[in-house]
Amino acid sequence: MIDIHKSFGEIVALDQINFEVGYNEVVGLLGDNGAGKSTLIKILTGYHSPDKGEMYFKGKKVEDFSVAKARDLGIETVYQEKALADQQSLWRNIFMGREIKNNAGFLGIKEMKDETSKIMVELMGFTSTAVSSDSVVKTMSGGERQGVAIARALYFEAELIILDEPTMSLSLSETKKVLEFVEQIKKAGKSCIFIDHNVYHVYPVADRIVVLDRGQIAGQFLKKDISLEELVERLYLVARTGKLNKNSVNQL
Amino acid sequence: MVEGFKKLSRFRLQFSIFLVMVAIWILFIIGSPRAFLSFPIYASFMSTIPFSAIMALALTLVIISAEIDLSFPSIMGFSGWVFTIIFTTTGNIYLAFFACLVTGIIAGFLNGVIVVKLGIPSLVATIGTMFFWRGLVMVCTGGWGKSLIPARDTVLYSTLVGRIGGRVPAQIIWTIIVAVILWLFLNRHRFGAHVYLIGDNVESARMMGVGVDIVKMIVFSVLGFCAAFAGVIASLEVSYYWPSLGEGYLLRTMSAVFLGGTSVFGGTGTIFGTFIGALIIGCLEAGIVAMGLTGFWTQLIYGVIIVISVAIHSQVRKRSPI
Repeated sequence: MIDIHKSFGEIVALDQINFEVGYNEVVGLLGDNGAGKSTLIKILTGYHSPDKGEMYFKGKKVEDFSVAKARDLGIETVYQEKALADQQSLWRNIFMGREIKNNAGFLGIKEMKDETSKIMVELMGFTSTAVSSDSVVKTMSGGERQGVAIARALYFEAELIILDEPTMSLSLSETKKVLEFVEQIKKAGKSCIFIDHNVYHVYPVADRIVVLDRGQIAGQFLKKDISLEELVERLYLVARTGKLNKNSVNQL
Repeated sequence: MVEGFKKLSRFRLQFSIFLVMVAIWILFIIGSPRAFLSFPIYASFMSTIPFSAIMALALTLVIISAEIDLSFPSIMGFSGWVFTIIFTTTGNIYLAFFACLVTGIIAGFLNGVIVVKLGIPSLVATIGTMFFWRGLVMVCTGGWGKSLIPARDTVLYSTLVGRIGGRVPAQIIWTIIVAVILWLFLNRHRFGAHVYLIGDNVESARMMGVGVDIVKMIVFSVLGFCAAFAGVIASLEVSYYWPSLGEGYLLRTMSAVFLGGTSVFGGTGTIFGTFIGALIIGCLEAGIVAMGLTGFWTQLIYGVIIVISVAIHSQVRKRSPI
């Protein structure tokens, strides 16, 4: 994304944003409430179109970006509350909107269940027999649900998976599960944007961390260049002054 | 063994409503063995239950998709009028039947359009169309009914409401056919999968590319179609078109759906449950009277049964392990 601007009325939500995600890179996107994280994501997924700026995907310029187009390109977002239909079985959720069916539209239920069982073992690491492809999603824990949504995106070959605050209101052990799923994305050779306001969740799994503040990118760091302690310190600085100090890596 | 239990527990809700029906049935047999151990009362059930059962089956889809329709009894009345007027003026019962079904579909589709395209909540929208269609019936008929006696000699009459083997009312077969078709589409077709997803989490359904609007419009249209079909059956059964056709069906039909375990919040519900629910609602009145209680007891017992069954459902749902 190059030079993205977005305003709502008089409020400038995003200003001069240059943002990129590399192949097989996990980018942590940090920022306080109102920093513009969700606006950025909504532009990335085609919900909003930017007022100004250009977007490229795999080196090609994307015109007339829309939700459908984003999906076609393989950009998939996992929203915590909106990802799954709680009262439906696991297999129905995995294949939501992309059912295996014959020409008349009748479902290949057995195939979908078999595939779901495979996904559970291979992508989600479920080995217990307590959960089956027929299990209803609402009986699963928050972390597991995130896992289902991530596994679904991976199964359908999403190139870029956007996780919108996946650890919000999750317990410690559930958060750990989600982080493991993020590592799965990396292992599968796909890219990921991990949005959170908790640096302790983002830091362990991200390759690069981008800090957004008041509609601008305040700075970005490669994980290998910065320690967690230093990052935390910088974030406090941003919160107070809106600026990281002069050492921040603005260009990569 | 564990697998088997898991499979069973998936059908717990359906099983529990089935048990409620059996319990009521046993009560009736004990209370009035003479009536409930002979065929005639069942023949009468089979002739009257289909009217609301057919609509209840289609209403199940609407409620699973987290919408509601209050206008189907009026659609039943209006489509019945279309059927009657075309039949009595042209004498062509097939044309009348076809026009009636099309009217039902259009009326249902209109509900869908108002809900989906104008974004009016279905409760409000269908209150409007409920009055509209009923009002149209009143204006068109001036409150007068029409005899359908000439229809009795037609093949359509014997196909829809004739007596198979001289005893079994044909409409119960049609009800079963409707149930099987709707079950098939709800459980084995992509359309049904989308109905469940939309009712459960419309946001995620939309995000995953489900055609929310079109599915909702189809669901309303199916109910319109079934209301028209039930209207023809009900009118042919008595060989008379009453302009009040459909009145009194609203709450019974809805109770059949809720008795059957469909959640008012959408996302869950079964055709089997509704079918059983419709049987229970349909047999209560006659059963109560046959047991020697006066008809005044009916509503009270309806109330008790509905509250108990719905309470059972909510408990079963809460404890459901899967």
